[in-house]
Amino acid sequence: MSASVAAEGSAGEKKSRPGGMVWPRLKAVLLALVVPLALLLGWHLAVKAGMTRLIPSPADVAEYMVDFAVGGIWDDAFSATLHIHLFASMTRVYGGFALAALVAVPLGLLIGRNEKVRALLDPFLQLMRPIPVTAWLPLSMILFGLGPRSAFFLVFLGAFYPILLNTVFGVRSVEKRLFEAASMLGCSGTAQFFRVVLPASLPSIFTGLRLGLGLAWFVIVVGEMTGVPQGLGAVIMDGRTLSRTELVICGMIVIGIAGFISDRIIVAIMNRLLRWSPSHHG
Amino acid sequence: MAELPILDLRNVGKVYELNDQRIEALRDANLVVEKGEFVCLIGASGCGKSTLLRIVAGFEPPSAGEALMWDKAIAGPAPDRGMVFQDYGLFPWLSVRQNIGFGPASRGLPKAELRVLVDRFVDMVGLTRFADAYPHQLSGGMKQRVAIARVLANDAEMVLMDEPFGALDAMTRERLQDELLDIWQRTKLTVLFVTHSIEEAIFLADRVVVMEPGPGRIASEHRIELPRPRDVSSPEFNAVRRDLSARLHSHHGKKAA
Repeated sequence: MSASVAAEGSAGEKKSRPGGMVWPRLKAVLLALVVPLALLLGWHLAVKAGMTRLIPSPADVAEYMVDFAVGGIWDDAFSATLHIHLFASMTRVYGGFALAALVAVPLGLLIGRNEKVRALLDPFLQLMRPIPVTAWLPLSMILFGLGPRSAFFLVFLGAFYPILLNTVFGVRSVEKRLFEAASMLGCSGTAQFFRVVLPASLPSIFTGLRLGLGLAWFVIVVGEMTGVPQGLGAVIMDGRTLSRTELVICGMIVIGIAGFISDRIIVAIMNRLLRWSPSHHG
Repeated sequence: MAELPILDLRNVGKVYELNDQRIEALRDANLVVEKGEFVCLIGASGCGKSTLLRIVAGFEPPSAGEALMWDKAIAGPAPDRGMVFQDYGLFPWLSVRQNIGFGPASRGLPKAELRVLVDRFVDMVGLTRFADAYPHQLSGGMKQRVAIARVLANDAEMVLMDEPFGALDAMTRERLQDELLDIWQRTKLTVLFVTHSIEEAIFLADRVVVMEPGPGRIASEHRIELPRPRDVSSPEFNAVRRDLSARLHSHHGKKAA
């Protein structure tokens, strides 16, 4: 049983050297910072050299960011409003995403499992899929009016397809062998759905949720072009209209960070639920 | 009247239809297996040995003839016939313990009883230290032990094994053969075992069923009278091997002629 010995050896090693984990982690963080810092430096130098007068320097943006977050520097209409806009955007992103997940996961399971449902819905959904979310904007404003409901709908639309398609894929790629194994062990019918199909397609469903949540943040700016007063997308649109580029950049940074944190959270949940899967360990 | 056989195949045939092509995988197979018997099916690829096993498992209905277990037609997969696949077929999201308990758990066995039962079979296949590991953390030999324990824990009367040790290295294979015989002798299970290794068949079986391809059918049956435990290096074992090998090749020779 050489394999078992090897497995034990590596497990023991991990436990006995907790201090050994610090440097690799630190190294990963440092490596991840190289490109952003270089870009920041390039940006700073470019502005300093006078290559553009329309883009503020990183230091200016940082100052606006502080004002945007806590106020006390410029005290204009946008000072100390970050939390309001962030919260507004988050409700739309998570709301739209949750609704998309709530519809797309069951629908995907159904389409993946049931030939008739697939024949009924798949062609239609495939036909609708190439239409970009942006193209839905005017129609959405007519259907849902100016305001948050339109934004909500567009986010929903953006998150819907990756969740649906990955769920369908997950269900359809469950190994045939596992159904045979389950049925010879006395598990069939509906029980098989819960004990085999669902757990087996969970990695794909999670991939879909992860992509969906990413896209939800991705389309939030479009979603908030619908004339909502608050939200990070609205801030960016206002910044554009008012030629306040620093505001636009602040909005971009906040969306980036919020999207990143959302993604980390979903990855953490995924790694916890899928610790049985060799491809979900980091 | 003789005791009822556990398995009775009568003129069983299987034809697959694949886009206008008709493939006869099995023709006129007749096989009677007594309870507690260890039967090996052996033959070249395409001889229908896996098809026969899948029909007994209930994964495929026969296109001709009857497949009877305890005199009742086999109507689909059921827990009384457990299958051990070459590629294991373990549930990757379940631990060793949960895989072994899959059958009893889906029948709704109470938690406390389930635990006792699972512990017994985890212990039987010597995986106590790996009881909470997931399949991807196990070696091939360990995975196959889980697959065997899973079927035993589910109270199968007959274990169907489709080249179960084919993907394992020689050392692990020998070890699992010993363990399987040990379990078989203790539990008095009925085993139907598909292999392409003459040596494996002679080492394990009470009876070796030789099959041949084109179309797949049963060519001959050989009772192995060697006393157990069998010694693969003994002259007696070699004699049986030579004899069986000659028969296998003569079947193939006939086919080529």
